[in-house]
Amino acid sequence: MSAPATLLRREFIKAGAALGGGLLVSLYLPPVDADGNVAEGADEQQFALNAFVRIGTDESVVVISSHSEMGQGIYTSLPMLLNEELEADWARISVEAAPVDKVYNHPIYGVQMTGGSTTSPAEWEHYRKMGALARTMLVQAAAKQWNVDPASCHVEKGVVIHAATQRRATYGSLASAAAQLPPPANVPLKPVSAFTQIGKPTRRLDTPSKTNGSAQFGLDVILPGMLTVVVARPPVFGGKAAKIDSTETLKISGVKAVEEIPSGVAVIATGFWPAKLGRDKLVIEWDPGPNAGLTSEEMLREFSETSKQPGKVAKIVGDPATALASAAKTITAEYDVPYLAHAMMEPLNCVVDLRADSCEIWTGTQFETVDRANAAHVAGLDPEKVQIHTTLLGGGFGRRANPASDFVVEAVHVAKVAKAPVKVVWTREDDIRGGWYRPMWHDRFAAGLDASGNPVAWTHTIVGQSIMMGTPFAGFAIKEGVDSTSVEGAADILYGIPNLQVDLHSPTIGVPVQWWRSVGHSHTGFSVEAFLDEVAYAGGKDPYELRRKLLEKQPRMLAVLDLAAKKANWGEKLPAGVGRGIATHFSFDSYVAQVVEASVGKGGEVRVHRVVCAVDCGLVINPDTVKAQMEGGIIYGLTAALKTEITLKDGRVEQGNFNDYPMLRMYESPEIEVYIVPSTESPTGVGEPGVPPVAPALANAIFAVTGKRMRRLPIRASSLA
Amino acid sequence: MTKFFVNGKPVQVDVDPSTPLLWVLRESLALTGTKFGCGMALCGACTVHLDGKAIRSCVAPVSRAEGKHITTIEGLSMDLTHPLQKAWIELDVPQCGYCQSGQIMSAAVLLAENLKPSDEDIDEAMSGNICRCGTYPRIRKAIHRAAELASERRPK
Repeated sequence: MSAPATLLRREFIKAGAALGGGLLVSLYLPPVDADGNVAEGADEQQFALNAFVRIGTDESVVVISSHSEMGQGIYTSLPMLLNEELEADWARISVEAAPVDKVYNHPIYGVQMTGGSTTSPAEWEHYRKMGALARTMLVQAAAKQWNVDPASCHVEKGVVIHAATQRRATYGSLASAAAQLPPPANVPLKPVSAFTQIGKPTRRLDTPSKTNGSAQFGLDVILPGMLTVVVARPPVFGGKAAKIDSTETLKISGVKAVEEIPSGVAVIATGFWPAKLGRDKLVIEWDPGPNAGLTSEEMLREFSETSKQPGKVAKIVGDPATALASAAKTITAEYDVPYLAHAMMEPLNCVVDLRADSCEIWTGTQFETVDRANAAHVAGLDPEKVQIHTTLLGGGFGRRANPASDFVVEAVHVAKVAKAPVKVVWTREDDIRGGWYRPMWHDRFAAGLDASGNPVAWTHTIVGQSIMMGTPFAGFAIKEGVDSTSVEGAADILYGIPNLQVDLHSPTIGVPVQWWRSVGHSHTGFSVEAFLDEVAYAGGKDPYELRRKLLEKQPRMLAVLDLAAKKANWGEKLPAGVGRGIATHFSFDSYVAQVVEASVGKGGEVRVHRVVCAVDCGLVINPDTVKAQMEGGIIYGLTAALKTEITLKDGRVEQGNFNDYPMLRMYESPEIEVYIVPSTESPTGVGEPGVPPVAPALANAIFAVTGKRMRRLPIRASSLA
Repeated sequence: MTKFFVNGKPVQVDVDPSTPLLWVLRESLALTGTKFGCGMALCGACTVHLDGKAIRSCVAPVSRAEGKHITTIEGLSMDLTHPLQKAWIELDVPQCGYCQSGQIMSAAVLLAENLKPSDEDIDEAMSGNICRCGTYPRIRKAIHRAAELASERRPK
């Protein structure tokens, strides 16, 4: 999930010195009695120096990750941060998912979660401090044993050394003694210039388990006596089962029960296959509810109509109305993007073991605190009685941070009626038709150009559902009726245009929507950068040169733009039939520019040959991870640009599997080059910023080669044939 | 009762013979490395080998395995010594990792049949496997690298 980190950070500093200031050493230590002894119950073998790292007497170093691993590499980056200060032997380090506890709350968002491309920015100091704290205590323990000054000791790969007397002690041998020491109040951190691990390409710790089948995802969890459940959900959002006939279902061997739950009808069986066969045999008469009239083509027309009137003003600079009226030339355009499903490769699933006074949940989630509260409510238990075991996520992209905890809450409802541990499995069709989509958006633009072709006025009216409404973040994300995530990437464009207005309509529609990798930027990146290309051509300017001029006062974006253009040989001749397009986008505090080379076949089929990407995401923790996230973001963005849309007809989702919701495949995957701008600024987002620029860079490349503007995604061959 | 071999070992399962092999592997035999992605042979996450050929286990009834040899990701090599595993680790291919068992099993058949696959051969063999994280560029490089590693291992 995601929201603009800048906005939330500012709000939270104001709201919560308590949140930030709560990160005290003592919070993370095991209970200590008056004599300084670790309280009863603490594991003698595995002293917890603090809740973020556990050093065993067997020399193991376990880093506890307060964030979920969904492919973004955080199970390697957080240990790198911590070990920069701890200086243990990297080969000894492993990672564990944190349980749910307030000590693991996200330092910016105030709940335990993973999203917003914020893990590295938020944990950048935190995990280093935890490492420094542990090292300091281990060194103190050694110094105490040897009766020397701790300052005269140093550490090499998890061994404390007193050089003068040539004494050595390993972390494992010191761990128990260190845990008895009072934690130091403050520990200094290394300056950037002294880093030995941060910034060095480091192989991911989770790769071996992901190449031999041993990696454990939620779907892989097996409990003794567990039943498997498939749920029939209403075909229209907000619908309900009016009449259920389960006669044929109950005849299937392995089907244990059919139960109505709030989200549909659960088929409870001994395995997936009987559950699925059983669901196929259900005869359900659905009451479609209030949303059976929704049809995408009509909604598109309504959105366009709505956009003719200005909405709630999100941003105004200068006097755009007058500037437009007096411009030498004006151009207008409308852009459309559809609802999109996240389509993680691992379909949603959740395992629940519900007992009289406890509830244990195993699932790949991005939203632990919220899931726990929602699960506790359904289970009728205090949140403290609910424990979540966060497994690896087979993709997240925002879907697994669901504000209603839909896939968790449903599984708890099932567990209540099944009276046994249950695993609820969503089929691919369930997942694609399950809602919580990236909203469909309509963007209407007008630009005014002066006599020399420079843009002097820019208006942008946005129509689309609010994502933040009804979420825990609504309070600070929605101000005066404007959801900041609806206008991010539009209201905060870096281009120096003297008169600008961005306004917003947020219709209420019965389709559940959610953050989807890059959130609002996933539509503003496309529409703003594609329309800017139109402005460049209308003014007779080279699209790269116009961007350079408008970014005069934005040195970091200018540097990224120049780097991408240079590496892509902007301006140099391409083979006949190949076009080049460029786009930049600022999101999650990171600066990205991309150049796409593409061609269009006789039947209108688009072929993307090469994508050059430059990124400035501040100081880089693991360069190879940054590259991987840019590569992945580009492929994700190209899939949205060329392949996918969720459409509704009479309230029903028309897509269901990878045949009609197709993903980019190997043979369509372009060559991708990623260049990182070196920086010593604090780290900024990486998981999402690679997505927004690729669709407009592609649309602009298609224009360069065909003269046709692609203003609606996905780009269809039929509009280019 | 259906009898077959999984990763060299004889197994027998008592399930409806129309049950897809995928669910037999995952639920009856607890070999969870083979993944469920689409249930329609569209994504390749469930790819295993049946007598050395890549098949989509989500649509293959277990009866098809009767008397045959099935290899799953767990049988490729648990100790990470297969050239594909080495190359995958060297190039840090996986992101979320969910599709990678299927990717590796498809690539293993390609390399068994083609010692030095071209980019076109890779497109041909690998386009049935979807990766939502977008690791395709690295998969391509890793297959080339694995071919190199395999050729170094073969006696000259």
